[in-house]
Amino acid sequence: MKFKAKALAGAATLALLSVAPAMAQDVAACLITKTDTNPFFVKMKEGAEAKAAELGVSLKSYAGKVDGDHDSQVAAIEACIADGAKGILIAASDTKAIVDSVKKAQEAGMVVIALDTPLDPADAADATFATDNLEAGKLIGAWAAATLGAEAANAKIGFLNLTPSEPTVDVLRNQGFMMGFGIDVKDPNDIGDEDDARIVGHDVTNGNEEGGRKAMENLLQINPDINVIHTINEPAAVGAYQALKAIGKENDVLIVSVDGGCPGVASVKDGVIGATSQQYPLMMAALGVEAIKKWADTGEKPQPTPGKAFFDTGVALITDKPAEGVPSIDTAKGTELCWG
Amino acid sequence: MSQPQEFEKVLGQSATGVAQFEERRSGLRKLQHFLHSNPAAVPMIVLVALVIFFGFARGERFFSAYTLTLIMQQVAVVGILAAGQTLVILTAGIDLSIGVVMVFAFVIMGNFVLAYEMPAMVAILAGFLIAGGGGALNGYLVSRLKLPPFIVTLGTWNIIMAICLIYSENATLREADLTAQTQWLHIFGISFKLGGAVVTLGVVAMLTLYVGLWYMLNNTAFGRHIYAVGDDPDAADLAGIRTNRVLLKTYTLAGLIAGLAAWVSIGRNGSISPSTVVTDFNLQAITAAVIGGISLFGGRGSILGVLFGTLIVGVMSMGLNMLGADPQWKVLLTGILIIGAVAIDQWIRKVSG
Repeated sequence: MKFKAKALAGAATLALLSVAPAMAQDVAACLITKTDTNPFFVKMKEGAEAKAAELGVSLKSYAGKVDGDHDSQVAAIEACIADGAKGILIAASDTKAIVDSVKKAQEAGMVVIALDTPLDPADAADATFATDNLEAGKLIGAWAAATLGAEAANAKIGFLNLTPSEPTVDVLRNQGFMMGFGIDVKDPNDIGDEDDARIVGHDVTNGNEEGGRKAMENLLQINPDINVIHTINEPAAVGAYQALKAIGKENDVLIVSVDGGCPGVASVKDGVIGATSQQYPLMMAALGVEAIKKWADTGEKPQPTPGKAFFDTGVALITDKPAEGVPSIDTAKGTELCWG
Repeated sequence: MSQPQEFEKVLGQSATGVAQFEERRSGLRKLQHFLHSNPAAVPMIVLVALVIFFGFARGERFFSAYTLTLIMQQVAVVGILAAGQTLVILTAGIDLSIGVVMVFAFVIMGNFVLAYEMPAMVAILAGFLIAGGGGALNGYLVSRLKLPPFIVTLGTWNIIMAICLIYSENATLREADLTAQTQWLHIFGISFKLGGAVVTLGVVAMLTLYVGLWYMLNNTAFGRHIYAVGDDPDAADLAGIRTNRVLLKTYTLAGLIAGLAAWVSIGRNGSISPSTVVTDFNLQAITAAVIGGISLFGGRGSILGVLFGTLIVGVMSMGLNMLGADPQWKVLLTGILIIGAVAIDQWIRKVSG
């Protein structure tokens, strides 16, 4: 309530100030996310709004109707240009197709920052604030291999991926897991070209419980001795656990995941998920709002993390069963940092 | 007048039968007739063919009681929704909102238990009320305001989806928290074994629903009214059927069936996630109904065919998976099945046309 009152007071002052012609420096920014239904983006919006209120930036939020809704995002960019905003934060649904619209925004004098999902090509945006998804995958892969120990050589691994179209986050997490586990990935941009005998199969989940459960059941049909499961996110992992529980195998299988949402961290604590890589959407959004403010004030663009093509907002492995050689934090710490 | 007159004598050689159509009964024509009188036959034949095909391709692993019952578990939720959808389609309508009505119903059930700490039975009742209410709203708009079902349910689809997301703030309710409060919400997840087969109560619910609806559609006045209204609403009206009331009841019943799907879905998935609203359950339900031989023009088709239609999609999905096919193939083949099903439906209709 306190925060709300503050924000209201801030907004009221802002409104008053913007009436005064001498203070027409009101910085406007736009946040465009993939959907309003994914808690990850819901949290991202909260983070951006909080930071915007703090810095006196007026923020407008837009979202696609479903993941993949490109048209709504283009319309949002056009609205931002018409609004005379200083900058756009965008998690693009279609990383290639959005580039033309992004160019228009840049020509209109805006700074465009990609959040969570790099554009294609990545330098089409002025900066990218994102989780290193390959690193997120490597961490859970390494944890699974270290936890199995010598048994890792005989593991039976199933992959629960995102959608049939294999978006980049899906590929990065999937291939990262394999690298971390010690599987030869062949082409690192392609899911499914590996010939390691330990791989039982791949299936898609649409990133939800129902899909996770169905996909897990399907993989168990291919080989009931699966003992390691890589899941694209925590809802899919929870669905997979339901399938395993139904046949009484929930304790025989290591499930690893990526996201670090609060329900997911609680699932790690309950032992449903062995380990998860946590990402930080609130931080992405807050840093993005700061960057737009800085661009408006000084004309300075944000710099990427040294050695990477994007600004790495960090990733941490969360587990209560730490494995030697794999840095991790426990669920107590993870709960403090979690989102959603 | 004892003797027939001269010109009447030829009558003795003329035909005495009643006028009738000449029928050339070719094999194909006979098949068409058979399919016309048995609308569930086509999907059943396809289903059996698919099972045999994958049985040969994948052997015992596919052709086992366990796998076949697992497929039923996988399709239970969509199967129940498809049954509700079928009733609406039989009236020559369509329900695009049925999937989000289901999601809203399970969000209500979960929140009543967790947020308001109500007893499970109250929560479940509330879920059914919301689902039935959603259906009744559709029925009212279709029957009283005479709006096209497609438009009405397109509207309520969006409205209910938005209300569901605003209301729930998109918070996922976890299984552990729900289970700590009550077991009742998860009751349809309970399974029992019959030999190698593993059957969940969700599957039992689906099968019971289909048998019940089959009886209702074929042996009760209300059921026959649904067909009559769908086939020709004006004729039904003239025959004394209160078409408005039949429509209202049908949409409401479809909503209540979505409520049942919601309960079954909680049992299967454990946790409750409002963002499931974006899953295309309504289209999956329509797909199952169409593949099952329900005519989108109303008044034609058997509910048992829909059960086969649902299973066809499930069998194909599982079979292709076990063959290691890319997920895209499932999507592609589903499209082909939809068009094939409607093409066959059109061909069968010609028998009477």
